[in-house]
Amino acid sequence: MSSRLSSPNIQLNELGKLHHFLTLEGLKAHHLTEILDTTESFINPNTNEIKKVPLLRGKSIMNLFFEPSTRTRTTFEIAEKRLSADVSSLDIQTSATKKGESLLDTLWNLQAMQADMFVIRHAQSGAAQFFAQHVAPHVHVLNAGDGQHAHPSQAMLDMFTIRKHKGDIFDLKVAIVGDVLHSRVVRSQIQALSILEAREIRVVGPKTLMPDHPEALGVHVYHDMDEGIQDVDVIIMVRLQNERMTSALIPSEKEFFKLYGLTEARLALAKPDAIVMHPGPINRGVEIESAVADGPQSVILEQVTYGIAVRMAIMSIIMSNAAQLSQHHTEQASQQDVEETP
Amino acid sequence: MTELNVNADTLIETMCEQLQQTSLIQHAPKMIGIRTGGEWVAHKLHQKLGLSDPLGVIDISFYRDDFSKIGLNPTIKPSDIPWDVDDQHIILVDDVLFTGRTIRAALNEIFDYGRPASVTLVTLLDRKGCRELPFQADIVGMTIECHKTIKVTGPDPLKVTLLEKQEETA
Repeated sequence: MSSRLSSPNIQLNELGKLHHFLTLEGLKAHHLTEILDTTESFINPNTNEIKKVPLLRGKSIMNLFFEPSTRTRTTFEIAEKRLSADVSSLDIQTSATKKGESLLDTLWNLQAMQADMFVIRHAQSGAAQFFAQHVAPHVHVLNAGDGQHAHPSQAMLDMFTIRKHKGDIFDLKVAIVGDVLHSRVVRSQIQALSILEAREIRVVGPKTLMPDHPEALGVHVYHDMDEGIQDVDVIIMVRLQNERMTSALIPSEKEFFKLYGLTEARLALAKPDAIVMHPGPINRGVEIESAVADGPQSVILEQVTYGIAVRMAIMSIIMSNAAQLSQHHTEQASQQDVEETP
Repeated sequence: MTELNVNADTLIETMCEQLQQTSLIQHAPKMIGIRTGGEWVAHKLHQKLGLSDPLGVIDISFYRDDFSKIGLNPTIKPSDIPWDVDDQHIILVDDVLFTGRTIRAALNEIFDYGRPASVTLVTLLDRKGCRELPFQADIVGMTIECHKTIKVTGPDPLKVTLLEKQEETA
């Protein structure tokens, strides 16, 4: 499956607009900015309230979570409902795949139930891309996290949260701390920050939790936490992904906290108005101290709320692009008619 | 093509006088403008009437009935009604009343916020004769025939231009 990951443009339609949302790789700044701007329109500027709108009425969205998730799954469901779509969430643990049905058979059956969009979370890297290659042309696939590959909607809600607090991402120094190796969130965050041309992207963590050549991602690598978060505007803490570790990569959680845990004392090394982010779930006392997670510089719970609006934006942009594409085809067809009429 | 400029301020002045003569004005009405042109007109009316509650603004893009045909308006902004809609007398303001579809969308959006006591429709221009839904404005600045093309620009100065096609001499 990994060879398919190198052709991300399956997610763009012939007009260069999003048809699926699988990865940020290969997207342009205008794609990302459109998502961030549209997100803004779903949020009341004074109350931060996200109202229900009738935009996707009559559209059927299916959430296929092959891997457990609380935040992502729930915020996707809420986002779909606030767009007035018909929502079905499948608990794959108890479904036909357990009875031996192949992934593609499951997909085609769900498609026959008239799904317009699939939201997919899967432990296998490239799963969403695989689905996208096999769905009917009018069906859209959103990646809600695939293996260690990508989690693009999480990265977009992070970008939105940063932009809300800090303005233009172009001017900012951002440090991502923790398990860089296993994190699909970090991969997508680095892509988003690069596309939006952040001033400096740093990754901080032990060598054992870094990919082989992290510099190739266009980031500055730090193994010392104090140096790594010096003078940054944004600190993104990432969870230790014990479930993806196949060998002992850190001596102990206690040891990890001593070296890379975000404490109030360490936070003081960043800019005084730096914000602290975490995609969740947080491990208190492992990568972040409670006083920081609950402190005034933490925007962790805001990230969750913005996650709803960002996902509403992504889904409505994709459906909007589909509408514009079919309009484009109609116009082309009528133009051809005119040309053919003598 | 001939251009005819209409003084929007005079129209708004007249609309304001008409509103003041209604019994509505004794019920502490609240005002909502429809983005973008309706917001401009509403802003002026709101000021002239001296309403104490802030002006509400709605963007009906999420409520349009042609989303599945033309997609999303790229310049969409959040709606903001900074007070409770329930049991309020609302003056809904738009710049041009044409097919009536915008008003349908606006009413749907307002009713998602609550149940107003009443809604009074005020429009700067009424393009008569092309209505597709049964809506009529209560107060109209100026009525024109729907085959005439108009352009409203603003917010300051708020200008209305009528474009009249010349007889075709083919």
